[in-house]
Amino acid sequence: MYPASFDYVVPTSLEEVVAELADRGSDAKVIAGGQSLIPLLKLRVVSVGSLVDINRVPGLDGIEEENGELRIGALVRHKACERSELLRGRRRLLGDAARLVSDPLVRNRGTVCGSLAHADPQGDWGAVMLAARASVVASGPDGARTIPVDDLIAGPFTTSLQPAEVITEARVPDPGPRASGTYLKLERKVGDYATAAVAVQVTLSNGDVQEAGIALTGVGPANIRATAAEDALRGNAPDDGAIREASRLAAEAAEPISDNRGTADYKRSVVRVFCERGLRTAIAAARAGEEESR
Amino acid sequence: MTDVAAPAATVLTVEATVNGQRREAAVEPRLLLVHFIRETLGLTGTHIGCDTTSCGACAVLLDGVPVKSCTMLAVQAAGSEITTVEGLQQGAELHPIQQAFREEHGLQCGFCTPGMMLTSVALLAENPSPTNEEIRWAISGQICRCTGYQNIVKAVQRAAQAMREA
Repeated sequence: MYPASFDYVVPTSLEEVVAELADRGSDAKVIAGGQSLIPLLKLRVVSVGSLVDINRVPGLDGIEEENGELRIGALVRHKACERSELLRGRRRLLGDAARLVSDPLVRNRGTVCGSLAHADPQGDWGAVMLAARASVVASGPDGARTIPVDDLIAGPFTTSLQPAEVITEARVPDPGPRASGTYLKLERKVGDYATAAVAVQVTLSNGDVQEAGIALTGVGPANIRATAAEDALRGNAPDDGAIREASRLAAEAAEPISDNRGTADYKRSVVRVFCERGLRTAIAAARAGEEESR
Repeated sequence: MTDVAAPAATVLTVEATVNGQRREAAVEPRLLLVHFIRETLGLTGTHIGCDTTSCGACAVLLDGVPVKSCTMLAVQAAGSEITTVEGLQQGAELHPIQQAFREEHGLQCGFCTPGMMLTSVALLAENPSPTNEEIRWAISGQICRCTGYQNIVKAVQRAAQAMREA
């Protein structure tokens, strides 16, 4: 299979990337890892006038922590997240998710920020970043702006990015010292889309839940934040009852459809069970952090 | 193609090191790396299976890292070092991974074998003593429809041992 013809440019600075995008208009697309875009071009589901390849732009491939905030550059591959020591413990939500993205070969090429820009309802990073309350930084002709992932995801395969904007990094806020999370995903085989997946993140304070993030993959037209489930946990003791109630609410927030991966009811059950398991894991890990910091 | 409306295609020069040799060709940006390898360079050991990023038959090493060459543009590989299955054998001598696949019957039809061997080589470069679980994890992006993977895992273990002892 061949994609249809397109122009191709490889800028070596962010300014050039933005200038090329502005110049080429809305049928230009950014390519980083290309692990979603190239298959779509080959299937001719997507056609582009030009590809602006950002792989040669320096300075976009770092995972860094600064004043507690984590920054994941636009060229950071899933594999780098899988291996990063920064994405464990309090930030294990990200590390746990990274190893479940697609398959090992795709993880060698595909990028976190590319996945966010693609906004596939089946994308893992959308849910992870919602649960982690992350933002992206986008550069465009008018400069850079920070977009919370809640506002970035506008619908299936749709973001609030302007045509000449490019995501340069994802920013994940400091979850606090007594925090943890995890990502649980059910897939029929490695590399398949999720039947359902749940991202959870909790921060404890004096034993109670200070902040909770719960978001879902593959059970709606976009990644879904389970707001009611988060509200049910916030300010309360993370006991059995609270975990069960939050998980019930997370399942209620899901909008799955029946397909060859399972019925809507089944997927909703998976969300409930995975949310419960994820919360237990996250709370236990956050408590261990609480013990350590005493 | 009789599509008269098609615009004149741009052509770019790609220069890469393939199996230790410098290769250069003028290609359209839409040319996939796998077609560059198979058709432009004539190295047909790299296979096309699913063509949809699922099977890994097209796996090659890009600067030592296994990637699916059907899901990458040839122009993106400019300046890289690419290893295909043809680059494994040194002179008359099979690479230890090739020898091990042969000895352990790590292949039947052979279609997935080039990709399986290349991914295994990358794994062993990083982890000379992998567990069976680590081997299965490393090749989990690649499909074999014959072996049930048992003999592939055995072959990788045998190659690991041979390479450790070498």
